Amino acid sequence: MVDYIWVFVIGGIICVIAQIIMDTTKLLPAHILVLYVVMGVLLTAIGIYPKIVKIGQAGATVPIIGFGYSLAKGTMEAVDKEGIIGAFSGGISMTASGISAAVVFGYLASIFSHSKSKK
Amino acid sequence: MKNNRLGRQTIRFENPPTILNTASIVGPKEGEGPLRDYFDKVECDDTCKEKTFEKAEEYFCNESVETLLHKERLKSGDIDYYIGGDLLNQIISTSFTAKKLGIPYFGVYSACATFAEAIQLASCIIAGEFALNIVVSASSHFSSAERQYRSPLESGVQRKMTAQWTVTGAGSMLLTQNSKPPYITHVTTGIVQDYGIKEADNMGTAMAPAAVETILSHFKDTGYKPDDYDLIITGDLGTVGKDITMDLLLREGFDVSKNYTDCGVEIYDESQDTHARGSGAGCSAVVFSGYLFDQLNKKELNKILFVPTGALLSPTTTLQGDTIPCIAHAITIENTPELGKEAK
Amino acid sequence: MKSIKTDKEYKDYVKDKQPKQTLLKNCINAFIWGGSICIFGQLLFDMSKKHLELNEKDAATVQIIILIFIGAFLTSVGIYDKIGKHAGAGSIVPITGFANSIVAPAMEYKKEGYVMGVGAKMFSLAGPVLVYGTSASVIVGIIYYFFK
Repeated sequence: MVDYIWVFVIGGIICVIAQIIMDTTKLLPAHILVLYVVMGVLLTAIGIYPKIVKIGQAGATVPIIGFGYSLAKGTMEAVDKEGIIGAFSGGISMTASGISAAVVFGYLASIFSHSKSKK
Repeated sequence: MKNNRLGRQTIRFENPPTILNTASIVGPKEGEGPLRDYFDKVECDDTCKEKTFEKAEEYFCNESVETLLHKERLKSGDIDYYIGGDLLNQIISTSFTAKKLGIPYFGVYSACATFAEAIQLASCIIAGEFALNIVVSASSHFSSAERQYRSPLESGVQRKMTAQWTVTGAGSMLLTQNSKPPYITHVTTGIVQDYGIKEADNMGTAMAPAAVETILSHFKDTGYKPDDYDLIITGDLGTVGKDITMDLLLREGFDVSKNYTDCGVEIYDESQDTHARGSGAGCSAVVFSGYLFDQLNKKELNKILFVPTGALLSPTTTLQGDTIPCIAHAITIENTPELGKEAK
Repeated sequence: MKSIKTDKEYKDYVKDKQPKQTLLKNCINAFIWGGSICIFGQLLFDMSKKHLELNEKDAATVQIIILIFIGAFLTSVGIYDKIGKHAGAGSIVPITGFANSIVAPAMEYKKEGYVMGVGAKMFSLAGPVLVYGTSASVIVGIIYYFFK
């Protein structure tokens, strides 16, 4: 149960930081997503984010910053195994399932539905 | 040459054109708003059974002009010019309408002040006796404007509190040489104002100085005071821009608190959750064609200053970090013109 | 205008004329929605580990795929934008928001055809995330190779 509280708190805090940036600066959501992914990559590279993931679990991996974490983790693991080539193959291999899922589901959704006016 | 110009920006018509009739057609959200009873037609589906929102906007535009012609039992052959515009790229909705109508056509663009630009040009053509009947129109559609200027409809992005809701609808007006009120007696053409506002979701703030400058020039050129008008109504400043405009006018020495409002503020009410209320080329067009024309006909209002405002932004230059140039055009509409009353 | 002449004067003048962004309320909403989506993700993860008997890595993959599917589905039926209105960053930042940013333009631009519309515009919002994420990870990988 304690685990779930950490998931909630860490996931919540990550979202709140984004909300504050969005409301107080002129950055658009796209900017924030980019910022978060790059932050995820960097924080993982210097070893901070894996520690947060250990406590927060899904709270740290479900937000888009976790996508950066997976990219960096995949890259570093691949570099360990394959050397310099791994720097190019590791990140995308690690996240391939997510990207493919997003593309396929996105495509299917666009086939089966139309954009609707807001009320 | 006979001089009908007053000051720098205003024209006074000695033989003022008549607004013979108007037509307005709106979408479902506007049909739930406080002005619902004044519109000619409320569509309950804003796609109008068309395939795309762009086609739906074209339907709105065409339908309003057809309704207008039908009301006066005129055919498109009786109309000398059609002047209009909308918010889409290359004002395509209006151009398709012009194609269907087959009337000599001027496509104009002043963003949300398009209706005023069209009325001003039409008034000049009629007062100059180059035409008998002119139809003007302006339209906008929430969903086609969202996609062009902002983000896709389904994206889960929070709208800012300053953001305004584009009106779905089209208004049109038939101007003619006649001797029947209401008349268009003065037009004040705006000068572009730009106070460095860059946020496309804060257009009320961007446009307020344009409205203020045009209203000030109008008072200066004509010698009128706020009290000479039953109502001064701007186009689509929304709640944010309305407050700024009122305050700035007071600072410049004109108290308009009693008889000033904004079409964008009037078209929706608080419960409709539009944030800073309405905007769009259709906003001032349907509020005039629906509500204001009705009030003028019933003599509830006898002299109004109608000041549509436009944020002339391009999505491309906004992305490139450029500012938003803004414009406002003022039009005096009277039931009993005091002809010959000159400015001091 | 006599009272205001420069851009800066105007910007200073309008500052306190702006409606408040209700930051506190937005933050609370973002916290609750964001936290809840993560809890849901954790449930998926734990359940696929327990019931499907998957290892950590595969369970994480199942979790992400299901979340993306739900994000895409809720977007296509027009619910996700309504959630986003309240949740703000709470529904943008989780991976479901990434799915939303792909599905929304794909649906919107369907009318321009399946190649130039859906295909080309699908990544108009999510593309930057992939570009910067991938580039950053490659750079990190190269640096890691030389300094590990």
